[in-house]
Amino acid sequence: MSSTNPFKSLLGKSPFTALQGHMRVVLECVHEVPPLFDALSRGDNDGVKSAKDRIFEREAEADRIKNELRNHLPKSLFMPVDRRDLLEVLQMQDSIADTAQDIAGLLVERPMDLPEFMQEPMLALTHRCVDVCEMSAKIIEELDELLAMGFRGREATRVEEMVGELNKIEDETDELGLELARRLFQHEDEIKPVSVIMWYQLIQWVGDLADYAEKVGDRLRLLIAR
Amino acid sequence: MEIIESYGLILMVMAIVFGLYMTWGIGANDVANAMGTSVGSGAITVKQAIIIAAIFEFAGAFIAGGNVTKTIRKGIIDPSSIVNNPEILVFGMLAALLAAAIWLMVASSRGWPVSTTHSIVGAVIGFAMVGIGIDAVEWGKVSMIAASWVVSPLLGGTIAFLLMMSIRRLILNTENPFQSAKRWGPAYIFLVGFVISLVTLFKGLKHLNIELTAGMSFVVAALFGIVLAAIGWYLINQVKVDPDADRDFHFASVEKVFTPMMIFTACAMAFAHGSNDVANGIGPLAAVVSIVQSGGEVSQKAALPLWILALGGIGIVVGLATMGYRVMKTIGSGITQLTPSRGYCATLAAAATVVLASRTGLPVSTTHIAVGAVIGVGLARGVGAIDLRVIGGIVVSWVVTLPIGGALAAIIFFTLKGMFT
Repeated sequence: MSSTNPFKSLLGKSPFTALQGHMRVVLECVHEVPPLFDALSRGDNDGVKSAKDRIFEREAEADRIKNELRNHLPKSLFMPVDRRDLLEVLQMQDSIADTAQDIAGLLVERPMDLPEFMQEPMLALTHRCVDVCEMSAKIIEELDELLAMGFRGREATRVEEMVGELNKIEDETDELGLELARRLFQHEDEIKPVSVIMWYQLIQWVGDLADYAEKVGDRLRLLIAR
Repeated sequence: MEIIESYGLILMVMAIVFGLYMTWGIGANDVANAMGTSVGSGAITVKQAIIIAAIFEFAGAFIAGGNVTKTIRKGIIDPSSIVNNPEILVFGMLAALLAAAIWLMVASSRGWPVSTTHSIVGAVIGFAMVGIGIDAVEWGKVSMIAASWVVSPLLGGTIAFLLMMSIRRLILNTENPFQSAKRWGPAYIFLVGFVISLVTLFKGLKHLNIELTAGMSFVVAALFGIVLAAIGWYLINQVKVDPDADRDFHFASVEKVFTPMMIFTACAMAFAHGSNDVANGIGPLAAVVSIVQSGGEVSQKAALPLWILALGGIGIVVGLATMGYRVMKTIGSGITQLTPSRGYCATLAAAATVVLASRTGLPVSTTHIAVGAVIGVGLARGVGAIDLRVIGGIVVSWVVTLPIGGALAAIIFFTLKGMFT
């Protein structure tokens, strides 16, 4: 006799577990961005290429999880949070991986030398942006605790504080990005004009990593506030 | 009358065989659902669940199974118009048993969420309408039973919701949740023992020749609760903080405190299930035995013999031992969304509701109540996602089971009647 247990069909997979799994993959993807710029500053083309491959592979994996989660979120599911808010968080997380992919793609398709004057601040900016992503991933890991607490009480306050911290370090990356752009413009006559535009674009994109990570936190705050 | 006299023994043997078959089926399929929230949360293993179920299903059937049995046996049908043809009621009860058993076998082989309670009630009504007449059905009682099928899952859900909220307030949302869990754990175990035994004791043990006053019931239930709390306190004190697991999930150690607590709710649930669902098998059996032994007395004045309750308990345990293990294993892989604390709330709420229904003599569906209780936990924003399509399935099974059980019973009734007359 086969038996479909009503509790098994009632309690399928938690979308929060999938959301956390997605964020972990996104973070792995982002962790390959500093090696990308490291390799570039060393002039190590093979290193750039292999970092790009890893980023693309992780981004594809993140996409897969994203699609699976979206496909397994029928309207008949009763969730403690708004379905749309949850999908927004997922979308923001995915944008982080997409941005990493854009950065890696451009650096491989249009090989560029990282000018001496940009090397140190560029690496600093990248690392700080990764920090923001890490903070945001840490907040997503709190979802289990939020769920246990019904998205209220001490745990909600704790997450609010973490989001505050997230906003603070994101502000730092904005500063670093501006500073770097300023330096690029000071030296704009030393490199090819198209490269200037490309580098400006890259600075924006690296900053976007932190921007989207911040938005993950902001959306999560909305999710709690329902 | 002659039929009862000449075929009395055969009819009784048939009733015992059908009744045993029905309780065997309950043990094989239904118990797995009753233990679903306990095994699914990973608090107890499949093996432990089997042992707990064997002991407490029997205890529930034997100690508290009388009232629902009475309802199935003589609460649904008014036999006053057939006092001169008692064999009609005997055939009808046999038909109801067989119809329900067949329908359950078909349904569970296809994995449909069908309730034993609905099958047997539908079958008894179906036979009475066709075999005796529409007026022979006690519609007042039947509508009360039908209402309880809606109210009981709602009640289970409400209790589960309130329990979840209280656990958040007293344990999770505190400075040191682990310490709070250890402090309040015994109180929550007390609650399990107190509620279940109070409902059971309160004027409920007449058939065992134990009659307690309201005050005495209260005192005995409190004492029972305290004994359980003491055992629980000992078990809870063995639980140590697991800093590694806590890093990943801050409430991991707190959940470990709820694991021994789940043993008590699992026992309560098995007891509750036994007390309510055993009647589905032995209610009609008791009716047949009573009529045959009294020589054709349809009003069934004789008290329910204890051996019938025991027989029902044994049937459930045998079903559990032969098939239940396999069915239960399907949920043994764990339902990750159901942590021990959530499982505790859902299971206690369901057990309390079922025992209350048993005490009132209302045949309810343990599975539906447990589903209601899990949804109650979800409404407290405590579960990641609940697929509400299951409710649709339950409603459909309702709508389908009652007429099919009834129609099958009617067909079997006429077959039996033709065979013996």
